[in-house]
Amino acid sequence: MIEPDLNRIWVYLSASPLLGLTMTLVAYSLAHRLYIRSDSNPLLNPVVTSVTALILFLLATDTSYDDYFDGAQFVHFLLGPATVALAIPLYQQFNKLKQVWLPVTVALVTGVVVGAFSSVAVARLLGASLETQLSLAPKSVTAPVGMAISEQIGGLPSLTAALVVVTGIIGAVIGSKLFDLIGIRDDSVKGIAMGMTSHGIGTARAFQVSAQMGAFSGLAMALSAFLYSVFLPWLLSITGVLG
Amino acid sequence: MQLINGITLLLIYQLAGEVSVRLLGLPVPGPVMGMVMLFITLMIRGQMAKAVEPACTALLGHLSLLFVPAGVGLIVHFNRLGNEWLPISVTLLLSTIITMAVTALVMQWVTRLTARREPNHD
Repeated sequence: MIEPDLNRIWVYLSASPLLGLTMTLVAYSLAHRLYIRSDSNPLLNPVVTSVTALILFLLATDTSYDDYFDGAQFVHFLLGPATVALAIPLYQQFNKLKQVWLPVTVALVTGVVVGAFSSVAVARLLGASLETQLSLAPKSVTAPVGMAISEQIGGLPSLTAALVVVTGIIGAVIGSKLFDLIGIRDDSVKGIAMGMTSHGIGTARAFQVSAQMGAFSGLAMALSAFLYSVFLPWLLSITGVLG
Repeated sequence: MQLINGITLLLIYQLAGEVSVRLLGLPVPGPVMGMVMLFITLMIRGQMAKAVEPACTALLGHLSLLFVPAGVGLIVHFNRLGNEWLPISVTLLLSTIITMAVTALVMQWVTRLTARREPNHD
């Protein structure tokens, strides 16, 4: 008597966006709690734990990503307004930015060129397909912008979205150690490099280190999203990576 | 109400960004254009910052959450990841380390260069 009922409930839930949305929020809030409990251990980054848990859940219940995304799209959609919201840190830090505009501009333009070409070059050298190379090129750009660029240059937007997330996590995890290793002490320099490389996930991590690092990281993320979308398709075409 | 007003403004700017990018055939994604337009508005009318700030803080404060649905999308690409896991993982790791280090070192280098020159100007 109970089993057919459970089955009917499951059929209802798996066809409704409610489950995907709720699961996303529950997984994230649990992952966030675990992260705080672990004293912000970078390996327990809440994006890693919640994504892993959700993938295992989908595999265990044989739920398709499309069904999950019917609900999760409401969270995903907010990436657009969040990108627009980057105007606020940009505006608030504008006075500081005016003093360092030259080093920031040179660093970000170099970062865009190095970021795009190092990923295409390494992937090509190791024999990745062209589609994978192009999906990797905008890996340091915040997801909504990275996906749009990927589509424009002939990559797979959904693959780019996932690679963007992994890139953000790698940067957030290795950032502090790398800066120590190469002798970077200034929080504004750390923030620019973090936001340039690891977009939103790196910025979330940077805000935990200091408000200044977070603000500069948000700034670098906003400016590099702009630079990448203007220059990447052009850079790839003049250097012959595209056709 | 402030939060609702703020989110409404952000959506209006995103919409304006999407529309203008399509109308003018610009090579920039709509949300980025919306960000540029909002930034310009704030430079002209600074008091508007108060209206959007709570919504911006809420969104940017939980930015990590917004990446979760895309991250779960890895599941769709298990086949490709199985075949190309080595180039993909080495690329992600190497390119992230190189880009982060080069960006930081270049900024530090140019900062020192310009700081050293400044006393001569004054």
